[in-house]
Amino acid sequence: MTKVMSVADVAASVESGMTVGIGGWGSRRKPMALVRGLLDTPVRDLTLVSYGGPDVGMLCAAGKVRRVVAPFVTLDSIPLEPHFRRARQNGTIEFTEYDEGMFMFGLLAAAHRLPFLPTRAGLGSDVMRVNPGLRTVRSPYEDGEELVAVPALTMDVALVHLNRADRRGNAQYLGPDPFLDDLYAKAAGRCYVSCERLVDTADLLKEGPVQSLLISRSMVAGVVEAPGGAGFTACEPDYGRDEDEQRRYASTPWEDYREQG
Amino acid sequence: MSRAEADKADASRAGVSRADVCVVACAEAFRGDGEILAAGIGGAVTVLGARLARLTFEPDLITHDGNCLLTGDVPALGGRPEVVEGWLPFRDHLWLVLNGRRHVMLGASQMDRYGNSNISCIGDWRRPRAQLLGVRGAPGNTRCDPTSYWIPRHSPKVFVPRVDMVSGLGTDRGAYDLRRVVTNLAVLDFRTPDGSMRLASVHPGVSVAEVVEATGFELRVGDDVPETRGPTPEEARVLEEVLDPRGARHKEVAG
Repeated sequence: MTKVMSVADVAASVESGMTVGIGGWGSRRKPMALVRGLLDTPVRDLTLVSYGGPDVGMLCAAGKVRRVVAPFVTLDSIPLEPHFRRARQNGTIEFTEYDEGMFMFGLLAAAHRLPFLPTRAGLGSDVMRVNPGLRTVRSPYEDGEELVAVPALTMDVALVHLNRADRRGNAQYLGPDPFLDDLYAKAAGRCYVSCERLVDTADLLKEGPVQSLLISRSMVAGVVEAPGGAGFTACEPDYGRDEDEQRRYASTPWEDYREQG
Repeated sequence: MSRAEADKADASRAGVSRADVCVVACAEAFRGDGEILAAGIGGAVTVLGARLARLTFEPDLITHDGNCLLTGDVPALGGRPEVVEGWLPFRDHLWLVLNGRRHVMLGASQMDRYGNSNISCIGDWRRPRAQLLGVRGAPGNTRCDPTSYWIPRHSPKVFVPRVDMVSGLGTDRGAYDLRRVVTNLAVLDFRTPDGSMRLASVHPGVSVAEVVEATGFELRVGDDVPETRGPTPEEARVLEEVLDPRGARHKEVAG
């Protein structure tokens, strides 16, 4: 069965008020074609769950976001994301700010269908102050240690971009870092994968070892072939970050940037 | 005169650069760490500090390429490794933070006298005057791992009585082990009875008064503050010829 879809199909399936997880990390292997697809729809009031980069920035700039759940939002080579900054400083979005490790445990909890996972990361910091809903649990064993109970980061939809996929949704990364993309796929009600190139299932192992098959088709609702679909973020080894284009994005007023395309 | 003392005298006579002093002070943070990951947070000085320590007095250290490769050799800043000895993607980096076999050198936009640090935002968190990075991994790093800091511009804007958002934990909030804070002016640590910040040494050419002036809270200052050591001739050679021939470290250090 083929799950091949268009960017517009995926974008149209996202409804206002949904929680959307976005894979990648900072300005690396972000599903930018799918994110740009969302910009063209009337969707709004999204909750974004992301190790944030220009995905978060663009959706904030376009007024699509009610809440961001993230440990950071950055463009890596440009440390501060301009549109996320503006949204925070203007008070137009809500923010759930987690430690990076807490965030991963939230993804792991959701992927394993657990209500929470305990960790030390976050204890003692103002993450506990600014998230008054966070609870702690005490180890039931002899140590009796108090730990943060990180709630599952369950999401309605996940968007990820990988290097290769087949038509049924088996997806492969060829760069050095899988990021947490498999966890997003497992944590979501529906995961959409965009890829640089659709290949036959029989060809998947021609480019990478079996360990590079990161996401199984059972976790995937739709596949989009989107060459360059992570640009301007990095998508190793197919391409690196387009630093010129990222600089243009970061330095151009949003309306002008949207008009210029 | 011992070999070390002779080296020190040589370096001092040669008129060492402030950047070299800072890199060596960062390297010193990793002394005795053994076979753990020495993680510089980025930029030149912290990364050079970790690599310099590995290439000289702390050869068992593990260092990475800035992404997810653990390097078998120790490449120059910005260079690619020729030998790779391990793989540490972000998910495993986050595992390692909890495991603790890691010493990280972080940055901070604000820090108080107990070493609580802020990289999240300036002003009221609910609607900040300036949104910065977010807390990133600082809460977990400081709770679980030995942590040091590199502050390239020592000023009362950074060293404040109270930080706006505690990202990294200070000694009064359960930090695992705050080792040292290296700035462009001095080395600071927390070896005081109440865990508050102490002036451990001043860099050559910097006065104690200058450091006190540039610190926005009361700093513990002993009667006899030593001078931060400069690089040994071997360290100076490794820095100049092997690790940073382009001199990126000089652009990162103020003063």
